[in-house]
This record gives sequence, C-alpha cells and structure tokens, in this order.
Amino acid sequence: MPMLEVVDLHVEVGGREILKGINLSINPGEVHVLLGPNGSGKSTLINAIIGSPRVKVTKGNIYFKGKEITDMPMDERIKMGLGVAFQHPPKIRGVKLRDLLEKMATKLNRSVDIEKMATLVKMEEYLDRDVNVGFSGGELKRCEILQLLVQSPDLALLDEPDSGVDVENLTVIANAINELCELNVKPSMRSKSAILVTHLGYILNYVKADRAHVILNGRIACSGKPNEILKQIMAHGFERCVQCLQEKGLAN
Amino acid sequence: MSSGERVSQLERLKERAKEALSKPPSIGPDLDLSSFKLESDAPKDWMTDDLVERAQTVGVDLSGKGRAGTYLQLDHYAMLEKVTAGGVEVMSISRALETYDWLMDYYWKALNVDQDKFTALAELKRTEGYFIRAKKGAKIEFPVQACLYMRTPKIAQNVHNIIIVEEDAELHVITGCATPRRAEGLHIGVSEFYVKKGGKLTFTMIHGWAEGVDVRPRTGVILEDGAEFISIYVNLNPVRTFQSMPHVYLEGVNSKANLTSIVAASNRSYFDVGGAAYLRAEGARAEIISRTIAKDEATIIARGVIIGEADHVKGHLECRGIMLTPSSVISAIPQLEAKAKDLELSHEAAVGKIAEEEIQYLMARGFSEEEATSIIIRGFMDINVEGLPPMLAAQIKKALDITAKSL
Repeated sequence: MPMLEVVDLHVEVGGREILKGINLSINPGEVHVLLGPNGSGKSTLINAIIGSPRVKVTKGNIYFKGKEITDMPMDERIKMGLGVAFQHPPKIRGVKLRDLLEKMATKLNRSVDIEKMATLVKMEEYLDRDVNVGFSGGELKRCEILQLLVQSPDLALLDEPDSGVDVENLTVIANAINELCELNVKPSMRSKSAILVTHLGYILNYVKADRAHVILNGRIACSGKPNEILKQIMAHGFERCVQCLQEKGLAN
Repeated sequence: MSSGERVSQLERLKERAKEALSKPPSIGPDLDLSSFKLESDAPKDWMTDDLVERAQTVGVDLSGKGRAGTYLQLDHYAMLEKVTAGGVEVMSISRALETYDWLMDYYWKALNVDQDKFTALAELKRTEGYFIRAKKGAKIEFPVQACLYMRTPKIAQNVHNIIIVEEDAELHVITGCATPRRAEGLHIGVSEFYVKKGGKLTFTMIHGWAEGVDVRPRTGVILEDGAEFISIYVNLNPVRTFQSMPHVYLEGVNSKANLTSIVAASNRSYFDVGGAAYLRAEGARAEIISRTIAKDEATIIARGVIIGEADHVKGHLECRGIMLTPSSVISAIPQLEAKAKDLELSHEAAVGKIAEEEIQYLMARGFSEEEATSIIIRGFMDINVEGLPPMLAAQIKKALDITAKSL
C-alpha cells in the first residue's frame, strides 16, 4: 500500500485553478522531490495534502496510508502521521519554542529529548525564545525541521527547506532531513517518506532522493531519477520540460 | 501637626467630598450610589473554605507562607493585620491614622477627594483599607499581600489604601481583590502610593470579581528622585463595569514607572482600563502597556496617557488587543502630550482578531482550532516585566493560565 496516493487532483486558490490534475504515488521509505519554477503549483500541492483551508480541492482524491483524507481537518491528518515544514512560517509571539515542542510531543504521545533534537539542528539556544520571532532565514528553516523531528511524521512535506539558506545552514538542514527520513539506514529498513520541494535543487547534493517530478503549470511534466532530471534542468532550464509537456499535448 | 489642625483638615476634606457626592466620573459609566448598602455586620466565622480558595486564586496565601506580611479585609472589616518581616508595617488605615499624626501629610495628597462621586463616597463612608510602609533602607525580600474581599450582597466596599516606600527601601506588594463567584456590589479602591528617593515599589494586582460587581479603583502615585514603580494588573473573571486610570506623577529626577495591564473580558463585561504618567523631572521614564482580549459581548476601552513636562524624558505606550467574537469591542485610545522641547514620546496600538495564519500553523502541528487559539492567546498575554521577584512572576503566570483557560 502506498504511503500517499494523489489521484487527478484539481485545486483552486482564490478562485483560480492552480493544480490541473496531479497524479502522484509515494511508497513507504521513499523520498520524492518536486521541482519547478516559481508559481508552478508546488506549494499548492503541499497545502492540499496537509489540508490548508487556503486551497480548495475541486476534483480528485488524496489517500494517506490507504485512507481518503481529501476533506479531513488538518489536525486529524497530523495525528495520522503527516507533517509539514512551511516555506514562510508565521511568528507566534509570547509562545516559547520549548513550550510549543513540549505541547506537540504531549499531543502526539511522543516522549522526546527536545534538547538533543535542538542540538541536531543547532537550535538549542533558541528554545527559550518566542517561536520564529526575530529568526533569520536559516533559523526559520531549522526551526521548522526541529518541529518535524519532534513530530516524527510518516510522511514529511518539506516546502523549500533550502531557500534563502547559506551552505553552512544547508548541511545542517540536510543532515536533519536525512535523520527525519531515515536516509542514513539501509533502504530496506526505511519506513518514513517525504516530499521535498526545492526551487534550485542544491539540497539534492546532500539528500539522496528516490524520485523527482517536475511541476509545470499545475501538472507533472515529467518524472524520473533525481540526478537525471536535475542534469536536464541545469543544462536546459525548465524550457525542455515545457517542450515535453507540449509533446504530450498538456501545455496550456 | 496638632490634633486641632488634623480635625480641621479632615473637616475640610469632608466638606469637599459632600459637594462632589453626585459628581459623575469624567470617564466610565456613572452609577447610582443609593443602590448599594453602606453598612454590614461584623463577620463571624469569616475564614471559610470559599474565601480561602478565592483568595488563593487572586494570589493571596492565607497561610502567610513566603510573605512579609498580610492584610485581609472582609466587607468593611479588617480581619488580619500581620507582619512577619522586619522593616515593614502592615495595618488598617484607621489604625494607621490613629497611630501616626504625620499620615495626614499623605492622606488625599496624590488624589483629589472631590474627583468624582466615588472618591467622595470613599471619604464620607470610608470602610477601612490598608496602610503599608517600608522603612528607610529596608529591602523587603518577600511580598506583602493584601486581600480585599466582598461577601455581603449589594454592599459598597470603600477602601482607602496608602503605601509608603521610604528612601532607598524596596517593597513588593500583591493585592488580590475578590468576591464569591456569584456576587453583586460596588468596590471603590482609593490608593495613594508614595515612593521616596531611591525607593522601589512593585505592585501586582489580581482581580477575581463576579458578573454583578462594579469596580472603581482610584489611584495616585508620586515618585521622588530615582524612585521606581512597577504595576501589573491582571483580571481573572468578568465584572459588570470596571473603570480605572491610575495617575503616576514622576516628580523626581530619573524616576521610572511601568504600568502593565492584562485584561480578558467575557460575557457582558465593561472594562475601561488605562494609566496616565506625568513626566515632570529630567530623566523620568514611563512605559504603559496593555494587552486586552474581548469575547462575547464584552467591551474594553484601553487608554494610555503620557504627558512629558520636562526635558530628556522618555515615554512609550503600547496597546494591543484581540477580539475573539464579532460582537466584542475594543477601543485603544493612546494619548501623548509633549510640553517640553527635548523629549521622546511614542506609541503603538494594534487591535484585531487572531491571525488566521497563526491558527493554521499550529493546526499543522496537530492542535485543534480551539487549542491553537488558546496557545496564541496565552502567548499574547505573556508579558516579561523586569524587576519582579520570581515568586510574583510565577503567581502572575498562574493567574494568566487561569484567564487563558477561561476564554
């Protein structure tokens, strides 16, 4: 049974159709990469899977661990084992990061060593600060990953964890993602899955993904091995993918 | 002062009060004073479980553990006047006025007796109040606690409190005012605080009233050179109407005041809460901060006034409010007046509903919408006041936890 199955998914944002029939299947233990230019619909797909009320599913279905979650409230999806690292997380004033992490762990019945996890993403000095208040770009991304480490979701949705991040931060974040997705253990031993959205793909030098998909104009233009697809994009930009869509008769 | 002078001074105060007895307040709803009882019987078997529990919720521990002194008043009577630390005095105002002739030099000196009908009634029908004094140079480590409790239905409790912090002394006071959960009545609290040269007073007030209670504190504070005053106000329960606007007069060079109010209003509560600071000497600094949360049909008016009357003074106002229901109302009214050339006054005010983005963020961490809202509200109420002993900070945290849960 796949971890996640997305079938002919159409999604609107603010009355405009952004996703125009997405099909995607992710098995347990697999990490899939979503590539594509700005505005192609990558974040919208993440928002639809997590159940954000900002997006509206108009057609199609989402199945998680065999159960349809298309209309399920967000907090219930989390309890089932979904987790998300947002691209632009908001500030939560007056709420200490440590308190939030403890509440999350309690909520999910997980006993965790928060200090140890914070050390892994170099956030131990931020535990007694207000969540995301005055955090730099790299700190925001590390804070998102830290929250996922506490949750330990079966399917992690990582929305551009590498954007606006310097090389030093990138390796810290990549190591944490490898930990989160059990990429340090043998493939046959893995059970965690992830969708990794990346605009530029640098993070793929550190995170070994299983499969990559290029999203263009709300559709998956092509799928394949991450290295090969990235090589194509590096050489020809997303132009080659547009051609590919045209050849399939899907461009509009 | 001779006893003859004292008598004539008191007579003059009474004359002025009589003339103001029908004078409506300049802000806040007017009340018909004749609807409240001015007499009550001396309480018997007063230390009931209910009183002990309600006192506890407003931060008053009647065992007296970890406190430098205790004053407890039930309706019109002082029941406890206890001191357990050196350098500090705690007694009822009537006893203090009998004991110290010089107290008349402070009586109605930070407030006008004819300000309105409430100050007038407090003088004409004064029903006790506390006197707390920290002696010169005394650093009182543990807080003095005062509890003003109203139990008899429809009663008017008209207290007059005086706190004096003498030169270089340091005093922490926690005042808890409460009624049983269902109660009706009027509480008028006249409070005059004097902080002398180099002294420091922290004043934490936690209110646990009931929906039938009207509350009219009247507070005046005078700060001398280098004096510091920190005031924190937290309310736990709905009231009928509440109006308070402490006036802090920073008369001394480099004196400092911080007034923080955290008000959560539900049901049909009406809160008019604020503070005014007069920066009258070089280097004086004041900060007035409010965090207000309105729910149901509640109304909150959050006022802040800073008046700069001397050079090199600094003042900042901050009013933030959250409305949880469309039928609740919050008005933030910041006011700055610059009457000197070289000063710095600023304000920020923000009123609105909880940001949807923040709720979604927390829901994506597994919390329900109600849980997410409550986490955000508790964070919103979180204030970091410097200069407060850890014990009082913990007490405030406890009070805020109760408030957040009740919303």
